[in-house]
Amino acid sequence: MKLEVRDLSVAFGEQTVVRIEALDLSDGEVLGLAGESGSGKSTLALAILGLTGQMGATVAGSIQLDGRELVGMPEQELRIIRGRRIAMVFQSPVSAFNPVIRIGDLFLRALRHHGVERADARERANQALREVFLPPEMLARYPHQLSGGQAQRAAIALAIALRSELLIADEPTSALDVTVQAEVIEVIRRLQVQERLGVLFISHDLAVLGELSDTLVVLRAGEQVESGPAAQVLEAPQHAYTRELVASMPKLGGALS
Amino acid sequence: MLEVKDLEVRFGAVHAVRGVSFAVPEGPFGLGLVGESGSGKTTIGRAVMRLLPVHGGAITFEGTDVHDLGRRALKDYRRAVQVVFQDSDSTLDPRMRVAATLAEPLRAHRVVPKDAVGARIGELLSDVGLEPEHARRYPHSLSGGQRQRVAIARALAVEPRLVVLDEPTSALDVTVQARVLAMIRRLRDERRLAYILISHDLAVVEQLCEQIGVLYLGRLVEMGPTRELLGSPAHPYTIALRSAVPEVGVRERRRRIAIPGEPPDPASPPAGCAFHPRCPAAVDACRTTTPELRPVRSGHLVACHRAEDVMSGRAPIEPVPAAEQTAQR
Repeated sequence: MKLEVRDLSVAFGEQTVVRIEALDLSDGEVLGLAGESGSGKSTLALAILGLTGQMGATVAGSIQLDGRELVGMPEQELRIIRGRRIAMVFQSPVSAFNPVIRIGDLFLRALRHHGVERADARERANQALREVFLPPEMLARYPHQLSGGQAQRAAIALAIALRSELLIADEPTSALDVTVQAEVIEVIRRLQVQERLGVLFISHDLAVLGELSDTLVVLRAGEQVESGPAAQVLEAPQHAYTRELVASMPKLGGALS
Repeated sequence: MLEVKDLEVRFGAVHAVRGVSFAVPEGPFGLGLVGESGSGKTTIGRAVMRLLPVHGGAITFEGTDVHDLGRRALKDYRRAVQVVFQDSDSTLDPRMRVAATLAEPLRAHRVVPKDAVGARIGELLSDVGLEPEHARRYPHSLSGGQRQRVAIARALAVEPRLVVLDEPTSALDVTVQARVLAMIRRLRDERRLAYILISHDLAVVEQLCEQIGVLYLGRLVEMGPTRELLGSPAHPYTIALRSAVPEVGVRERRRRIAIPGEPPDPASPPAGCAFHPRCPAAVDACRTTTPELRPVRSGHLVACHRAEDVMSGRAPIEPVPAAEQTAQR
């Protein structure tokens, strides 16, 4: 899998909300996307999935997945890529699930949609749940019967069951308690290393990004202000805004004197 | 100044808070209450504000039980003790300009003479880092950080001695959070303010508080001076919580003390120590007997049967890979 974004711009009317010069992501890599509210990080994620068109945005430039151009691709073809090759998890997984469909049926529908035989679907679902440390009983539950951490892991499991190659995770741990966040980070890291999943990890939290990312892109007001190897961006930020972000993160060890 | 003793708050059959005791002296002083969802931290804040009925224990302010206060005395109490919530959007009247929002408490409590209200509004705005022109604005035309500053200015308008800050910066962007935290720190020193800072973020609490209480499922599991508590934590939960905080600039990918599972359902808490199902140091006693909060050092209280073993290293709380954790689940 190789994702290449070049000279991408997403505009709503006259207003350009994201402008990306270059962004590359391959198998087994985590690309961190940092930014605050309004930085355009979620819009970028939706653009990669080809969903911004439906929102009335104009997309210009190029997004290629293994050399195939996604910008301007017909909806029918995009539907095969979404889920099957690119999966997405959101900040609030419980609300991303259909509340009246059991987790198991959700898996079944998604797998059947992408051409998996019914007989294989169940085994795939079970196996995917194991990878995110969830018991198979979860399949019988409705979304509201899952905790936030369980729901987020179930959403990730769905991506695994579909054998997605690229996972876009938009603030996947921001609504979770820190101990639960630590588990979800662990799950994503393991999939990256063992399953060679490519991950586009979007967060406002530089610390979380620092732990997971190989490369880091910092966005502000839709502009790419800095990018590079994660350690380098965090330890020697070049742009004044990145420096402010790094300095603003609360860190342990800053006790009152 | 404020003393909370053996506080108990129930919602129906659910014990939201049980046996919680702490004291807040005159400012400048910060007490931090940290814990995850369902730990009872917000409930404690609301009980202190007398916004909730309590089912046991007492909250006393300057020696008087807050729940015995009559109308008049309650008004005085509400002037002395103010609150700022996480979501200031919902606490600001969308139809009131900032000036009116700030004038209301100034008039209600006759903080300054009528003809001085306008000048005081200007001072309050400048205290929280806003411009005089913001007085004419409506909440919707302010940013989230500016609204939170207005909420803080409103709380400060009545010159309170204690402020309950309930996740005051959790909804804000990090750069905005950093500025609001710096502002709270400045006000604390200038106004000799005392506060209870409720937060899920240990690093935020550490910056602003001399004392920290760690809550788990409605109980205080550890409390002590900030430096001592974070420097040599004695409760396995505190240790795990501290290790779970992601930090910028951690060069190598750390092994975390991944505690398995999630905080239990407060409606059916585990027997014994509520933390035992997730605790790497749990022994038989932990499954049957609820540990009392007891001193392990001067001013450092812990509710853990194994506190001494944890502190001496006989019961090591070590990083465990997530995969092994699951096998135990």
